[in-house]
Amino acid sequence: MSILVDNGTRLLVQGITGSQGAFHAEQMIQYGTNVVAGAVPGRGGQWAVGNTPVFDTVHEAVATTDANTSIIFVPAAFAVDALLEAADAGVALIVCITENIPALDMARARAYLDSTDSVLIGPNCPGLISPGTAKVGIMAGHIHTPGNVGIVSRSGTLTYEVIYALTARGIGQSTAVGIGGDPIKGLNFLDVLQMFEQDSATEQVVLIGEIGGTDEQVAADYIRTEMNKPVTAFIAGQTAPPGKRMGHAGAIISGGEGTAAEKIEALQDAGVAIARHPEEIAELAAHNI
Amino acid sequence: MKLHEYQSKRVFAEYGVPIPNGEVATTPAEARAIAEQIGKSVVIKSQVLVGGRGKAGGIKLAGTPDEAEKVAAQILGMDIKGLTVQKVLVDEAADIRSEIYLGAVLDRGARKVAIMASSEGGVEIEEVAAETPEKIITVHVHPLLGMQGYQARQLAYGIGLPKEHVSAFTKIAQSLYRAFVESDASLAEINPLVINGDNQLQAVDGKILLDDSALPRQKELAAMRDPDEDSPTETEAREVGISYIDLDGEIGCMVNGAGLAMATMDIIKLYGGSPANFLDIGGGAGADKVLAALRIILRDARVKAVLINIFGGITRCDEVANGIVEAINSLNVEVPIVVRMVGVNEDEGRQILADSNLPSANQLSEAVQMAVAAAKGEGA
Repeated sequence: MSILVDNGTRLLVQGITGSQGAFHAEQMIQYGTNVVAGAVPGRGGQWAVGNTPVFDTVHEAVATTDANTSIIFVPAAFAVDALLEAADAGVALIVCITENIPALDMARARAYLDSTDSVLIGPNCPGLISPGTAKVGIMAGHIHTPGNVGIVSRSGTLTYEVIYALTARGIGQSTAVGIGGDPIKGLNFLDVLQMFEQDSATEQVVLIGEIGGTDEQVAADYIRTEMNKPVTAFIAGQTAPPGKRMGHAGAIISGGEGTAAEKIEALQDAGVAIARHPEEIAELAAHNI
Repeated sequence: MKLHEYQSKRVFAEYGVPIPNGEVATTPAEARAIAEQIGKSVVIKSQVLVGGRGKAGGIKLAGTPDEAEKVAAQILGMDIKGLTVQKVLVDEAADIRSEIYLGAVLDRGARKVAIMASSEGGVEIEEVAAETPEKIITVHVHPLLGMQGYQARQLAYGIGLPKEHVSAFTKIAQSLYRAFVESDASLAEINPLVINGDNQLQAVDGKILLDDSALPRQKELAAMRDPDEDSPTETEAREVGISYIDLDGEIGCMVNGAGLAMATMDIIKLYGGSPANFLDIGGGAGADKVLAALRIILRDARVKAVLINIFGGITRCDEVANGIVEAINSLNVEVPIVVRMVGVNEDEGRQILADSNLPSANQLSEAVQMAVAAAKGEGA
C-alpha cells in the first residue's frame, strides 16, 4: 500500500502537448503509471505521446476515461484556470507542477478548492511517487525503490538527494510526496503526516523542511501529540542569511521568524531525530528498522 | 520587489488614500522649486530601500525654500547602509497629532490577507509586537469576499480611534486592501497614518513589497524597480533566470534547486568552510546558463574554490558538464572546481568532465570536503 497514488491511479495530463508535459507524460508511462488522457484546449481529438487521447476539456476527459488524478504542466498564467477546471470536473487528486503562480491567485483557488472534494498537491512541486507502482511527477523514477519509509518534502532536488541516499542503503520508500515551496498550496506537512500515520505500508517518515513560515512547527505539534511512527527530519537553510525574502510583518503574523533553529527545536521537542546533512537521514532512518 | 516610499504612496493615493502634497527631486534646485510651490514647511526624505532612514539623518525638516535646497544638498549623495541617496521626496510637513499603524500582509498559515492596525504608529511594528502585542488588532480577509466594512470598523474600534475618524479610517483600510490585491503585494504598510493639524487622516509614510511571481502581469509596477535594490551581480543573475544571493565566504556554489542549494551551503559550514553565495540555476538549465552562472561566481574575488552540485532530473548532467567545460575554455579560471553530479545522464556528464581532467565526486559530503580543502589551499 501507499498513499494518494497507486495501481488505481488513472492519470490525466493537463498540458500534455507542451514540451514539459509531453516529456514527463512519456516518462510516467515508462515508469508504469496508468496515463489515461490528456487535456489541452483546441487539441481535442488528437493523440499524444503514443496512444493517449487528448480532450479539449477536463470534463470530457473525465467522462470518457474515468480519470481520477490530474497533473498540470501549463504555464503560470493559465495554471489556476487548469486546476479549477480539474476540481470542477470532480478530479479527486490534482498535482500542480507549475511554478511562479501569484500567491493571491492561489489564496483564491485554495478557498474554492476547500469547498470541493478535490485534494491539491503543489503548486511549484515535483509531484509524488509510490515506487514501483505509480509516478505522478517529474522526479527521476530510477533512484526510488519500494519500501516502508514515507517521505514528505517542501523541496525538489533536495528530496532526490535524500531518496538517493536511502536507496543506496537499501531503504525503500512507500510514497514520496513533494508538497512544494509556495506560501499558499494544497496539502501541507500535517495532512501528509496524518495519511502516513494511517497507512499500513508506512513504518516511519522522513520530513524535509526549509526556512520560512511555520508549517514545520505545526507538523511538530502533531508528531508530539498524535503520531506513533518515528520521524526523521532535515531542515535546509540553517546558514541562510535572514530577511532576504520576507518582511518582518509576515513573521509577526505567523508567530515566528521561520528560522531553521526554531523549526529544529520544535521538531526535537517532538522526539524527531534531526539530520545534520541530507545523507545522514539515511543513517538515522536505518536505526528505525 | 520593493517599492520606494514615494512610489508606494502614489499607489495608495490612486485608491483614494490621502497623502501629503509633495514631489520627488534629484537635485537641490529641484527640491527648492518644489518647496516654493508647496509654500509651507516641508520634510525632505531620502528615497532608499532600507529602513532606519530617519536615524541615519536621511529625513529632515526645512522651513523655507532656501533651507530645503540646503537640506536636499546634504541628503542627496549621502550613504545610508551602503546605498547612495539619488532621490529625495519633498513633502508638505504634517502637523502630527497622533500616529497609527495600518498594514496588510499575506498570512501563509491562514491562507488569507491579514490587515493589522495599531494605535502605536510611527515605530516599527515588530517593536510593538514584541512589547505590547495587545495593541495590534488583526482581521483576516476572505479571498473570495474581499474586505468588509465591519472588518475595517473592528480595526477602528479596536485601536480606540476617536469616533469622528472611524468613517474615514474604514475607507482607508478598504483602499489599502484593494491596493494590496490589485498590485499583487505581499506587504503594504502605512506607517504612520496620522491625524494631522486639520484633524484629517493622512498617510505620511508607506511601503509596498510586491510578489515577484506576479510581476509579469504588473508591468507598470515592475517598471518602477530600483536597480540599487540588488547588487549588480544579483540583477545580472535575475536577468538570465538564475537566483543568486551574495554571501561573504570563499566557496562559490552552483546548485540546481533552492532547497538543495541551501542544504549545500549548510554542509559547507558543517565541514568548516563558508559559502560565497547562494546560487540556484533552476530546473532544466542548459549549457548557456551554467556558463553564465560560473562567470558570475568567478567574478567574486573572494572565491577560492567552486563547488558544483547537480542532481539531474529535468536538468541533464551532460548539459551541465558541457557548460562547465565551455566555461573553463572561455573564462580565465584560476581556482579549483569540484563537481558532484548524479541523476539523469550522469555517466555521459562524468565522461565529458574526465576528458577535460576535471575531478568529480559521487557523494555530496565527499565533494563538499574536497571543496573545503581546496579553498584552504590543500589541493582538490
